[in-house]
Amino acid sequence: MDLYRRRRLRNTIVLALSIGATAIGLGWLALILGTLVYQGFSGLSLAVFTEMTPPPGAAGGLLNPIIGSLMLTILAVAIGTPIGILAGTYMAEYGKYAKLTVVVRFINDILLSAPSIVVGLFVYEILVAPIGHFSGWAGAVALALIVIPVVVRTTEDMLLLVPKELRESATSLGLPRAHVVRYVSYRAARAGMITGVLLAIARISGETAPLLFTALNNQFFSTDLNAPISSLPAVIFQFALSPYADWQKLAWIGALIITFAVLALSITARALAASGKSS
Amino acid sequence: MSSAARISGVTQPPVPTSADRPSGTAGKPAEKILIRNLDFYYGDNKALKAVNVPLYDRRVTAFIGPSGCGKSTLLRILNRIYDLYPHQRAEGEVLLDGRNILDSGQDLNLLRARIGMVFQKPTPFPMSIYENIAFGVRLFEKLPRAEIDARVQSALRRAAIWDEVKDKLQANGLSLSGGQQQRLCIARTVALKPEVILLDEPCSALDPISTAKIEELIDELKDDYTIAIVTHNMQQAARVSDYTAFMYLGELVEFGTTSRMFTTPGDRRTQDYITGRFG
Repeated sequence: MDLYRRRRLRNTIVLALSIGATAIGLGWLALILGTLVYQGFSGLSLAVFTEMTPPPGAAGGLLNPIIGSLMLTILAVAIGTPIGILAGTYMAEYGKYAKLTVVVRFINDILLSAPSIVVGLFVYEILVAPIGHFSGWAGAVALALIVIPVVVRTTEDMLLLVPKELRESATSLGLPRAHVVRYVSYRAARAGMITGVLLAIARISGETAPLLFTALNNQFFSTDLNAPISSLPAVIFQFALSPYADWQKLAWIGALIITFAVLALSITARALAASGKSS
Repeated sequence: MSSAARISGVTQPPVPTSADRPSGTAGKPAEKILIRNLDFYYGDNKALKAVNVPLYDRRVTAFIGPSGCGKSTLLRILNRIYDLYPHQRAEGEVLLDGRNILDSGQDLNLLRARIGMVFQKPTPFPMSIYENIAFGVRLFEKLPRAEIDARVQSALRRAAIWDEVKDKLQANGLSLSGGQQQRLCIARTVALKPEVILLDEPCSALDPISTAKIEELIDELKDDYTIAIVTHNMQQAARVSDYTAFMYLGELVEFGTTSRMFTTPGDRRTQDYITGRFG
C-alpha cells in the first residue's frame, strides 16, 4: 500500500518536471515566433518581393537577397547532395565492414558539429583569398560543405534501417549489388533520404557565418556567381545591426521569410517521413 | 554412385522406393546438388562440420534439427548468400550438376539466378505486386511487354496467388497479408525459372491456412524444381519432403528417405529429436 503511494508520488513529480521542461522549451519557441510575426508581418507587402534592398531612408524590398539565397541554396544542394548520398551509400551498402567507413563516419560526425564559421574561413582560404575576390561560388561551396555531412549521416542511417532480409532476397534473385542498391535499398529508404536533404536545406538557409567570408553581400541585384552575391542571412545581419528603423524592419521581414520557409520544409519533411512509414 | 556411398557413410544408403511417394519414380533420382565434406565458419566459430548430403533432382529434401544446428547455414551456402558478409567462409565442395560452386571463379549472380531462395520473413520489395516479379525478369531477359505480362501471370499462378491479386497488380506488395506476401516471394523466385529453390523456414511466420497453401504449392513445384526446405515443424517435414536430413550441432547426423527417417531412424539422436525428447 505504502509502496504504491510512493510510486504514485514519484510518478507525479517526474511528470510535473517533464511537463515543466516541455513548457519552457515550447514557451521560448512561441516567444521567438511571436516576436518575429509581430515585428515582421506588418511590413510584408508585394514590394518586399519585387524591389531591391534600399539605401537608408528609401523604400525597398528584399528581392536581391531572396534571389541570392535561392541561388546559393540550390547550388549548395546540387553540389552537396550527390556527394553526400554517394558517400552514405558506400558506408551503408559497400563498405559496411570496412575500416574506411569507421574513419569517414568519425570525421563526418566532427564535420556535422563543426562551427559553420570554420567552414567559412576554410573556403575563404581556398576559394576567396587565392582568387582575390568574394564570389557566389565560394558561398555555394561553403554551404555545400555544410550540406554534405547532414546528407551523409541521414543516407547512411536510413540505408542501415533497410532490413538485411530485403537485401538478401534481392541478392538471391541474382541481382548485382548496384541493382540491389538502386531498386531495393533506395526505394525502401527513399522517404528518409529525402527528409535528410530537406533538413540540410533547412540548416543552410539560415547560415550567415560561412557566407560572410565567401559570398559576402551585394546591395545591388546580381546573379553573377563570380561576384559577391546578396543573401537573406547576410542582409539580416547587416540591416539588423544598422541604426536605421526601416532597415531594421526589413531585417525582421527577412527573418520571418526564412523562418517560414524552413518551417514549411520541415513540415514537408515530416509528412514525407510519415508517408514513407505507412506505405 | 561412389559419391552417394560416401555421403551416406553415417547410415544406410538412401534407397527411395516407389512406395515413398505416389509421384516418386522407381529407382534413384539424379543428384542435382552434392555436398561433400563441407565445413563452414563464422569467424573462428565452426558452424558446419564435414557435412555430406545430396539434393536429388526434382525432389524435396527437408532439413530438420534443433535451433542453431546449422540447417539455415547450410542453405545459405548453396546460393552463396553468405558471401555478403565478411568473416564467413565455406570449405569443401558443393557440386551443382558436377561443378563446384565454391570455386572462386563462380559467377555469383548467375548462380543465384539458378538457385532461388525464399526467406523466413516475407520480403516483398517496396514496389507494386507486378513490379516485384517483372523487375527481376527484366534484368535477366529483354522481353517484350506482353511476354513479361505473361511471365508475371504464370509465376503468380504457379505460386497459387493469382486469383487473390489479379485485380490489384498495381497495388504495393507490402499491402498483402503475410501469407500472400510469402507466396509473392515464391512467385518472384519462380519467375526467374531457377533450377533449385531453397526455402528457409518459409512458413514459420504464417498462420495454418497460409501454411497449408504453401505446402500444397511445394508439392506442385517439385515436379519442376529441386527443393530444399529448412523447417522446425516435423509434421511439415513429414508432409512435404521426399528426403529428410537431420542435423545436430553442426553435423549431419542422418539422411534418408522421409518415410524411413520418421519410422525407423538409424541414429539414437534422430529418434530422440523426432519423438520430441529434445529440441
